[in-house]
Formats: sequence, C-alpha cells, structure tokens
Amino acid sequence: MPHTEVLLSGENITKIFGDFKANDNVNFSISKGEIHALLGENGAGKSTFVKIIYGLLKPDSGNVIWKNEIIEINGPKHARELGIGMVFQHFSLFEALTVLENISLALPEKNQSDDLEKRIKEISNEYGLQIDPRSRVFNLSVGEQQRVEIIRCLLQNPELLIMDEPTSVLTPQEISKLFEVLEKLSKSGCSILFITHKLEEVRSLTSRATILRRGKNVSTVETKDHTAKSFSQMMVGHEINTNKYKKNKIENENVLKINNLSRPAQNQFSVELKDINLSVRGGEILGIAGIAGNGQGELMEALTGEYLSNEADKILFNGFDISNFKPNDRRKLGISFIPEERIGHATVSSFNLSENFYLTDYINDNSSNYGIINNSFNYENASNIVNEYDVRVPHNNPLASSLSGGNLQKFIVGREISRKPKLLVASQPTWGVDVGAALEIRSQIIKIAEQGAIVIIISQDLDEIFLLSDLISVIYNGNLSKQFNKEKVNLEKIGLLMGGSS
Amino acid sequence: MGVVEVFGMITLSPRSNISFSLTLLTPIIAIFFTLVMALIIFSFLGYDPLKSLYYFFIAPVSRPDQVAALAVKACPLILIASGLVFCYRSNIWNIGAEGQLVFGAIFSGWLALNFLESNSFLLLPCMMLVAILGGMFWALIPAILKIRFNTNEILVSLMLTYVASLFIDFLVRGPWRDPMSFGFPLTPTYSDAALIDRVYIPFVGYIGQLHYGVFVALIVSVILWFVLMKMLPGFKIRVTGESPSAAIFAGFNPSYVTVMVMCISGGTAGLAGMIEVSANIGQLQPNISFGYGFTAIIVAFLARLNPLAAIPAGLIVALAELGGDSVQISMGMPKVVTGVFKGLLLLSLLAGETFNRYHIKFDFKKGNK
Repeated sequence: MPHTEVLLSGENITKIFGDFKANDNVNFSISKGEIHALLGENGAGKSTFVKIIYGLLKPDSGNVIWKNEIIEINGPKHARELGIGMVFQHFSLFEALTVLENISLALPEKNQSDDLEKRIKEISNEYGLQIDPRSRVFNLSVGEQQRVEIIRCLLQNPELLIMDEPTSVLTPQEISKLFEVLEKLSKSGCSILFITHKLEEVRSLTSRATILRRGKNVSTVETKDHTAKSFSQMMVGHEINTNKYKKNKIENENVLKINNLSRPAQNQFSVELKDINLSVRGGEILGIAGIAGNGQGELMEALTGEYLSNEADKILFNGFDISNFKPNDRRKLGISFIPEERIGHATVSSFNLSENFYLTDYINDNSSNYGIINNSFNYENASNIVNEYDVRVPHNNPLASSLSGGNLQKFIVGREISRKPKLLVASQPTWGVDVGAALEIRSQIIKIAEQGAIVIIISQDLDEIFLLSDLISVIYNGNLSKQFNKEKVNLEKIGLLMGGSS
Repeated sequence: MGVVEVFGMITLSPRSNISFSLTLLTPIIAIFFTLVMALIIFSFLGYDPLKSLYYFFIAPVSRPDQVAALAVKACPLILIASGLVFCYRSNIWNIGAEGQLVFGAIFSGWLALNFLESNSFLLLPCMMLVAILGGMFWALIPAILKIRFNTNEILVSLMLTYVASLFIDFLVRGPWRDPMSFGFPLTPTYSDAALIDRVYIPFVGYIGQLHYGVFVALIVSVILWFVLMKMLPGFKIRVTGESPSAAIFAGFNPSYVTVMVMCISGGTAGLAGMIEVSANIGQLQPNISFGYGFTAIIVAFLARLNPLAAIPAGLIVALAELGGDSVQISMGMPKVVTGVFKGLLLLSLLAGETFNRYHIKFDFKKGNK
C-alpha cells in the first residue's frame, strides 16, 4: 500500500456527554494522501469524533496525534493553522454576498491578499471546481455552494480535509464531479476524511474505511475487500434485510388531484411554486425527488394546509375541493401528514408522548369531552403506538425530547398511520434515521399503500424514491416535472431533472 | 448536543430527566437563599439582621387580622397573575394588566354609579361581569393591533396603561365627580349592594379586612389552572408558546390564541380592579391600584407560569410588600429595600430554575490556555 506515512491518528478517544458515551475508546488513523471513509449510523459518534479532530470538542481522554506528535487542538482556528480543513454538511455562507466576499471574510489575515480573485480562479482551474468569484451565493446551486466551501478550505493549503456527508445534498451527476475533485486532491497529497452512510460511495471512492457503532469502533478495513452488504452489517451489528420492497398494486377510487397550484415566494430566500399539477390514485406511491431548497417545504405547506392560497379548485381530494381547508379539517377527511422537522413541527419536544398524540388527534371525539382532554384515551393510544411500531422509550410516556431521532420518527409515523389515512403525505420520512428504523418506516408506508391509501413521499434521498415509488416526479426551482412511471425512467434522467436540465 | 461551554471551564449540560421533587424544592431553596442574602444586606446597611428579618417576615403576619391583610393584598396579585400566565405561556407579552385593571374598575363603576339606589343582589354579579368585559376590551386593543398590523403588544399594552389611568383621572375629576365631594376627585360612594362584604364567621366575627373577593381569586385561579392544563383551549395555548410551527401544523390559529389569552388576562385584571374598588375603596378615585398589574408579572414568573402556583407566589410577594412597609415604619429602612428584596427573590428563583434543568460541571484542569 502506498499509505505509509501516518498523518493523523486518534488513540483511545473517549468523549462523554452526561451519562452517554458518544465516543468510547475510538482508534483511527489516516495516511498522507489517503481517502478514508468514516462510516456509521446516525448517532454512532462520527460527528463527535470529527469535531474532536477539528478542535470543536475536547476529548475526555485519549490523544490526537498529528505528524507523530501528541497535540491538543484548542479550536477550529488552531486546527486550520495546523493544516486541517473541514467542509460542514450545512454550509456557512452569507447568501447575499458574492463568492469572493464570502471567501475573503473567512480567511485569516495572513492569507488575505489583493490577488485573492486570481488565486480562487487558479484553484478552481487546478481541481475542476468551476465557479465565478463574482456571483452571489444565493444564485448558486447547492453543488456550487459546496465548491465555494471546498475552495475556501483549499486556500489555506490543508493537509487533511474533513468532509461531513458531502453527497447528501447533491445530484448523481454532481456527486461524480465531486469525486473527481477529491481524487485529484488526494493525488496532490491531501488526505481526505470522508463521512458518509452511503455504502456504494465508500466503495467507489475510498481506500480504507473505519466503521463506528454506538461510539465504539468496529474495525478499519480495506474497502476493496468488502461489499455494501457487509458494510451495512458492520454498521448495524446484525444482518439486515436488504431485499427490495415488493408492493402489490391495488388501485381504488381514492384520488388526489392538484391543478395549477401556484404560490408566490414569501421572502427573497423562499421558492415560488409555479403551476404545480399532480394526480395520484389510491394504492399508488408518488415520490417527489429534488435537491433541498427547490420548493419542497413550500409544497408541503400547501399540501398540509399550513399555507392556503384562497383560490378554489386547486386541490381536489376524491373530487372534493379542499384548497381552503386548514390542517385539522384535512385530517378529518382522512389525510395524514408527516412533516420533515420532527421536533418543533411534528411534535412539541417538552410534551410527553400522550400529549403529542393528542396534538394531531384533538379533532377526534374520543380524545376530549366538552373540551376536557381525555388523558387516559390519549395515553392508551400513545402506548399502543409505542408497542406496535417498536418505539424504544426510556420509561412510560416520556417527553418527546428524550427519544432519539429514529424512535421519535417511528412514533410520528405510527401516530399518523394508525389513524388509517386515505392519503398520507410524508416529507423526508427517514431523514437522519438509522438503518433499522428506516426499514420499518418504509415497510409501514408500503403497507398503507397496499391497503389502498394514496401516498406522496417528498424526499431528497433518491434511493428511497426509487425504492418506494410507483410514480416519480422531480421538483426543481418551484416547478414540478411530469410524473414518470418508475419502470420507464432511470436514475440518470431523474438526476438531470434534479439539476434543472431536461 | 445542547451543551453550553462557558470559558471552557464551566459546562452546562441539560439533565435527561428533571425530577418532580427537585422542581418543588427549587423555590424553597431559592427563598432560603434570598433570606440569607437579605440577612447579609441588612447587616451591611447597619441594621440588626435578626431584628430586621423579624420585622420583615414575622411581624406582618403575627396576628389573624394581619394574615387577613396579607390575603387581601395578595388577592389582586393572584387573580392577575393567573391570567397573565396564559399570555406568557403563549409568548404574548401583555404587560398592560394595570391598565386593564383600571378599565375593569371603570366599567363596573359605571354600573355602580347608575344604580346608586339599588339594593338588588344581582348588582354585584353584573358588576363582576362588566368588569371582566372592561378588562377584555382594553386588552383586545393591543391584541387586534398585533393581529391586524403586527404591532408590538409590549409597547401598546404598556402605553395603554397610561391612557387608562389618565382616563379614570378625567372621569373622577369631570363627569363622574360627586358634587358633594368638596372638590375632591372622587365619585359618589357605591350603594351597599355594589360593595363586597367582609367575611363574617359566626361566634368569631370579622377577621380583619378579609373579604369574599379573596375567595373569588382562589376559585378563578383553580379554574384557570384546569383550563390551562386539562382542556383543549389551554393545550392550544401551551403548544403555541412551545413551538409555533407545531401549533400551525396541528391547525391552531395563532390569531385566535392571541385573542383568547389577551381576553383571559384582560378579564382577570378587570375583575381584580372591580374587587379592589368594591371591597376596599367603595368609590372611584384617581388611584385605585398600587401597581398590582406590574407586580403580578413577577408573581406569574415566581409561579413558574402555573395558575395554581400563583396562590403561594402571590402570598410571598404580598408578604415582601407588607414586610417592606413594616421595616420602613419600625426600623426606618429605606423604601427601596422592598424592591431589592423582590429583585433578589426573582433572581434566585430564575437561577434555581437553571440549576434544576442543567448539570453544571466545573473543569479547571482543561481550561483554555
């Protein structure tokens, strides 16, 4: 192996939050010029570990060794001085400023110079990171914004570049471009620590992978010796059923139609919806693909009734005009919603599960009498959901905030599905959820479609879209593409539509 | 992960489960801490600390009639605070309860002055009703301006307080002045049917100034607790305050919640104004409140925004007020001591709340170099 010279290693890194061990004796090393994957489910401790390397957190015990010397990294500034750069999952760019201004703002004084624009152009040519330094950030696509972040790191000549789930927001085409850039970087001697939970990427890009599970490292392996399946087993700790979901198509009379729904942009950073049309029948699952920020949130609000256009005949449910129905009125008709934000939108974090059950069930006659909340009814229903949907709870009827993301999502899915909806609209139903929970949530969604419900899934996860949907359309810049039959469309076509070409 | 690092040495991390007994214990510890601080301050000011404590906390409640006076003082505070809790729970910052109190007194006063000869037992309930309507009316102005024009309810409700006190001043000096009052700004005295009786216990007699209004305050506070914690309208209010987008997702209308909480807090303040006048004063005059509408804000937070807890909280704050008067009279302490004491109490309660919610870890070994 060419990787002989170790650049950075962590020895027995332990980090404890309260009584939770986020990192438990993690060992890790990365060589010069290596592309190394850090794999793990959500909550496995990946973020904690890279935050320690980047100086955002201090380990409770263990050593970080940089070029054969034990060091204590005091903060991100210190990390950057050492030669460690990081591209976060959520970008830290000012949308109203230009690329040049954004880069200049973030650079330390010693790297500032009058020829910054020239240097940006040099770097973008060298690595194929096409960008116009004069364009304003809000005009850039997500992939382009990521390039700005990468260039910003490269200007400081890093020897180690940490990338936190860089592909989660990109189209397939953008991902392959990013991989070319990363390979060039690695050839020029820069090491890359690549955090992901997408297994195919690990195999196509990296040479070694370190797998974390519940704060401990499972192993470090050569990626060429492994398959996606064996990686997922190492991540989850047991064999998981990766069989493709099979869905029986049972079409019935239920139908949702949206006719020329438009919505003006609410502010300069929100997206205008333009003439949205769709039509889904009972038993069908429509997957709406798209990169974040192309109008998914705006469309979801129009579907739930949180936004009302005050126009008639825009949304027809079984021929019934529900355009101006508020969320609770839509629920009465048998429509359920699973919004993207679990905490603060789908649930109230400081409320317990029975109160959170009541949140979307108060329209039910049994859940309150004369305005007095029927606590035992809500408690019973919440407990049933907990049992039926395998929600792991620390004790009976806990606060929503004490559940992990995946478990809370299972509760929300259970709450909405247990009402046996005729129409389910779910936005990012498995986002940030561990593999096991995602499997369960998806099979529940399939199940209610098989029982005749109309299902609409808005998701940025293309794998999920292809796994679940019968029909696929793409939202781009507030426009919804026509609906494709899943059998008659491929990943590449959808990827192109997601990037705005057709 | 919700961890706050202060100077790299002290870390606050949220407790995973907040124990109920600790929640009850926190205010007691806070009050104890306040007493210790008060002791230190009194001795620095050159007063005998134990004697000061006696005059502050024991002397004002050492006789039954004094306990009654405490309850009478706490009555408007409990009433108003129980209503304000609804506003603050839903993130609506009504700080104009003082003005709403005055309007409750004006509305009920209008009825009382129109029925000076009446001896109907219906007069008092009718006065209570119009007092509630009066307080609601004054509270609805900031509510509607907020909904319609997105004005700031803090400013509007506060400014309307001054309008209200100038308006009652105008009424009692002008159109409503008693011609027999020798030029004093007073309305005629209410008829007996418009006055709230003192509590009479057979074989014991009257207990100081204790009046039936105190019981009204207690009942209202229990009812409001039930509405807030056990009923759908209260649920809507709590959800709206905790996370507005969850409230919209559930289908609760934020404007409806704003109107509801302003009506509830305005109504209780109006009722408090009517009780003050009918039980203690007997006629309208330019000043009918000792800033109860403002003091009730402290009571509401002392009660941790729980209407039932407003009862002990109102008594504690009333005691602080009476104790302040007492040390002024018997020991010649400056008036500001009351304010300092109230400030200390609020500060230690809020600090206690933080300790209740967060673990605090001191870590000097790994501090920043």
